Amino acid sequence: MTTYLSNNWNTVLTALQQHIWLALLPVVIGFVVALPIGYLGVRFPWLYHPLVNVCGVLYSIPSLALFVFLPVLLGTKILSPLNIVVALTIYTVALLARTVADGLRSVDPLVVQSATAMGYRRFRRLTDVELPVALPVILAGLRVATVANISLVSVGALIGVGGLGQLFTRGFQLFYVPPILVGIILSVLLAGLADLVIVLLGRLVTPWTRFQGAAS
Amino acid sequence: MNLSYLFDPAHWDFSDGSIPQLILSHLWYVLLALLIGTVIALPIGLWIGHTGRGSFIAINAGNAGRSLPTLGLLMLMVTLLGLGLTPVLIALTVLVVPPVLTSAYAGIRSLDHRVVDAAKGIGMRPWQVLTKVELPMALPVLMSGFRSAALQVVATATVAAAVGLNGLGRLLIDGLAVNDYSRVLAGAIVVAVLAVVLDLVLAQVQRWIVSPGLSKR
Repeated sequence: MTTYLSNNWNTVLTALQQHIWLALLPVVIGFVVALPIGYLGVRFPWLYHPLVNVCGVLYSIPSLALFVFLPVLLGTKILSPLNIVVALTIYTVALLARTVADGLRSVDPLVVQSATAMGYRRFRRLTDVELPVALPVILAGLRVATVANISLVSVGALIGVGGLGQLFTRGFQLFYVPPILVGIILSVLLAGLADLVIVLLGRLVTPWTRFQGAAS
Repeated sequence: MNLSYLFDPAHWDFSDGSIPQLILSHLWYVLLALLIGTVIALPIGLWIGHTGRGSFIAINAGNAGRSLPTLGLLMLMVTLLGLGLTPVLIALTVLVVPPVLTSAYAGIRSLDHRVVDAAKGIGMRPWQVLTKVELPMALPVLMSGFRSAALQVVATATVAAAVGLNGLGRLLIDGLAVNDYSRVLAGAIVVAVLAVVLDLVLAQVQRWIVSPGLSKR
């Protein structure tokens, strides 16, 4: 494995770089898109169940099917990285819209009423009170979405764009284990690292969650 | 969108490589992997949940399982063991174990401990507590883990066509190889519908087996 690594250092590095882009860009876009959608599911309660169901259906579509279906739908080239980005964004939105809605619904109504009584308008109340209180739930969803995306990117290698997944297909074609192992290890490490970063960021932005025991 | 492949009756007879046949082989891989994976993971998850011993295994199994790249696992198994059903089944089973194990554990752990104490208090043996109280009450959480395992396996069984197996991935992989977009589209649609339908069926199964007292109906 070490000889493979030292001989193919550049290939591995390029694949890793592409992997990070393909996995994390959809997380960012998906998060931004999911926030308003999830909010709508709370603002209009009759929307909640349809939202959950649509998200469930979208999330259950196998990745390879979505990867090859999108070019037909979007008119993109099959080899375009855009297909992967859009597909993973769809999964991220499907997962996070529901989490955002669940997070906002989990906010204690008393808290919301207090904020209203203090004079918060709807939008400020959302950004200053409800979203921060819902953050732990939303961040948990974000962790799942990020880790899932990082492992899903590799499937893209079957249509030619897959970051570390290309190491899998190469190793498989040559019936040669090292690139596959390197790809798996890097992918798992990357997922663990991204997960850790979100956990640490979460602690930074929700300092009150650590004082729960003292507060009650 | 060219749906000619999907609606061509010639692709719906039960001959080799026809759509119904690919659906059946796809389902066959999925059922086998779910069965083997559950037989392995369920007792371990229940045991960890019941005794509370080794809970770090159950918690980390879920995370580790999610971060494993399915394509890599599949290709690693095939490269190590050669082509055939066994390596693919091993890879698919490895994907079933973490969610089932973690959800069995989480389902039991999330129970109100007073319920378990009450069961012990009326004289139930540990085995009875597990089978008559903990398992039935953990079923909603357990089933959600099982359903996500099922979706994961349906998706990965699609990828299995890339390592020479049958299943609906054949339409995608072969279609791509010969630039037959109509075939690729047929495969994508059928496998997406299969995944959604399987999840709906499992949701219905969940409604049947979860006690009405728990689902508040």
